[in-house]
Amino acid sequence: MKILVCIKQVPEITDVTINPETGTLMREGVSSILNPFCEYAMEAALGLKRQRHDTELVAISMGPPQAGSALMRCLEMGADRAALLSDAQFAGSDTWATALTLAEAIKRLEGDFDLILVGKQAIDGDTAQVGPELAEILGLPGIMYAVDIELGPDRKRVRVKREVENGYEVVEIRLPGLVSMSKGPLMRSVSSFQDILDARKKELRVLSASDLELDQDKLGLLGSLTQVVEIFPPRVKSRGELIDGSDAEAATEKAITFLRERRFI
Amino acid sequence: MLKIDTDRCTGCGICEKICPFTAIVVVDKVARVQANCTLCGACVSRCPTAALSIERRRASEEELRSFSGMVIWGECEEKAGRLVPKKVVRELISQGRRLSDKLDQQLSVVVLGDGRLMELDTLIACGADRVVRCRHPLLGRFTSEGFTCVLSALISQAKPSMFLFGATPHGRELAPKLAALLQLGLTADCTGLDIDEKGQLVQTRPAFGGNIMASIISPYTRPQMATVRPNVFSAGEPDSSRKGKIEDFDVTLSPASIRTKTVSVEKLADEGNIGIEDADIIVAAGRGCQKKENLTLIQELADALGGVMAGSRALVELDWIPHTKQVGQSGLTVGPQLYIAVGISGAVQHLVGMRSAKTVIAINKDPDAPIFKVADLGIVGDAMEIVPLLIKKLKKERIHGRKK
Repeated sequence: MKILVCIKQVPEITDVTINPETGTLMREGVSSILNPFCEYAMEAALGLKRQRHDTELVAISMGPPQAGSALMRCLEMGADRAALLSDAQFAGSDTWATALTLAEAIKRLEGDFDLILVGKQAIDGDTAQVGPELAEILGLPGIMYAVDIELGPDRKRVRVKREVENGYEVVEIRLPGLVSMSKGPLMRSVSSFQDILDARKKELRVLSASDLELDQDKLGLLGSLTQVVEIFPPRVKSRGELIDGSDAEAATEKAITFLRERRFI
Repeated sequence: MLKIDTDRCTGCGICEKICPFTAIVVVDKVARVQANCTLCGACVSRCPTAALSIERRRASEEELRSFSGMVIWGECEEKAGRLVPKKVVRELISQGRRLSDKLDQQLSVVVLGDGRLMELDTLIACGADRVVRCRHPLLGRFTSEGFTCVLSALISQAKPSMFLFGATPHGRELAPKLAALLQLGLTADCTGLDIDEKGQLVQTRPAFGGNIMASIISPYTRPQMATVRPNVFSAGEPDSSRKGKIEDFDVTLSPASIRTKTVSVEKLADEGNIGIEDADIIVAAGRGCQKKENLTLIQELADALGGVMAGSRALVELDWIPHTKQVGQSGLTVGPQLYIAVGISGAVQHLVGMRSAKTVIAINKDPDAPIFKVADLGIVGDAMEIVPLLIKKLKKERIHGRKK
């Protein structure tokens, strides 16, 4: 069995701040991490690999050269090999161009896969669009927002528990298919020294647009169907009253008065 | 036009089965396109031998102008055995009406379901000119494949200029599938919509966890597609004297179009319970609540105020609360009258999910917690000391109130 995990490197969002004068993002010194939802996808893939040892697990990403470190993390976690699609021509891709580039790369290089796993969304863009778009372009049945995934006894199907608005649903698809993960284990696995050493021996290919033989007008900004016209800081609500709660009695009394004034009680 | 590579075609007949317009027939083991093909593209991605393709060109100004009007997906939910439009649909209609009036164009709402579809006239009362009803036994339950199939057929026939979806879990799955199928630009999770001087839809959304806002257009493709966050826009008052049409759209849908098979369904909330998206009063817990047992206090506080309990992503990760109660960027967006944040520091991803709350009270130990930036009343202190006291006082307050 062959599983592809599509991952993204993201900035540690909680570290991102806004320059109050220019209204731009201050990303200097912000660390980059493997997107948590992609980590769940990796964990799900590793879970399946533990059940079927002959499973080949390939991690794929599209991004700048430094995104290789997110793939390194995947190799440390247990991916067998990795591929990074990296080219200046990919820059400025919207979700459509991203999904199309990934789909083309997968078709050309890893067409014999059984299952594609992705994170439900990346914590920087938060669109949750690339997963369903990728499934559609590849013509695959897809299940989004999965919390648990189980391989059928015949290895031809997966049974997936997924989040829906009022609870959960258990859904089955025939492979090949795509599943997006919404949850994973509570504790992040920590790479051991041996994992790190092993990862360095594994294959990490870097592929450019010419390796993929893709038309330039389908890539990056040129291939994107949406266009950003303006970026601005969000409107900030004026700060209300801040009171000291070390005297709980007085503080709760104030809260009651506040609730009464606003007619909640 | 739809091209068929006859060398690749094996005559398997999948395209024939899933074509919503019965525009493909297999004759002598080769697929043939009929004149009624609308180029909806439903067949292309499903051909196992990639024998089908559609040449698409970036539309010229003239082509773009041939698309007109706005369509809103009238997502329905099950209530007492009936399928009725969700609240977010009314929110979208109020925005859609404003934008359609600016362009002097028609506003339609498309609803998909089976024979249990009800309350569609309220969509007209809320501002729609036209309700397009798609009824089919296979549409009784949401499947992204079945719904994509019907909506792509509708788009290729009606040629709307804009198509809006609620950014609900279903909307966020359906819209990108449809966009990829028809090769359309799509913007996720919009919190602002407007029309520019060229008549284009300007879609504004938060990015980088809400640290920054971006305005986005889809200049090359029609319809311009967007998912819109629930609880950001208000729903507007229905006017029962408004006139409009309810029309039926002919649905051709084959079971072969739906490849996902539902095995079982587990509902976490009873139908009578109010979800956090519809609640007027929310008490939300964060990591500062320290122990799972402390959540009973949060629930008690919510009960005392007649509200519901919710929580931050941290608590979902810890399995203390289900995802149906998660507020924030990767959870649900809420817009209550009152939001009490207990032990929530207020990471930007959380703030994005509750920014529409009218009044916010925050209780947190850390005076620098970002949640205080959006709070109308902030209490710096130990939440687990303050909350029980607050419950005690509220209980008295209620009794006192009733006596009056």
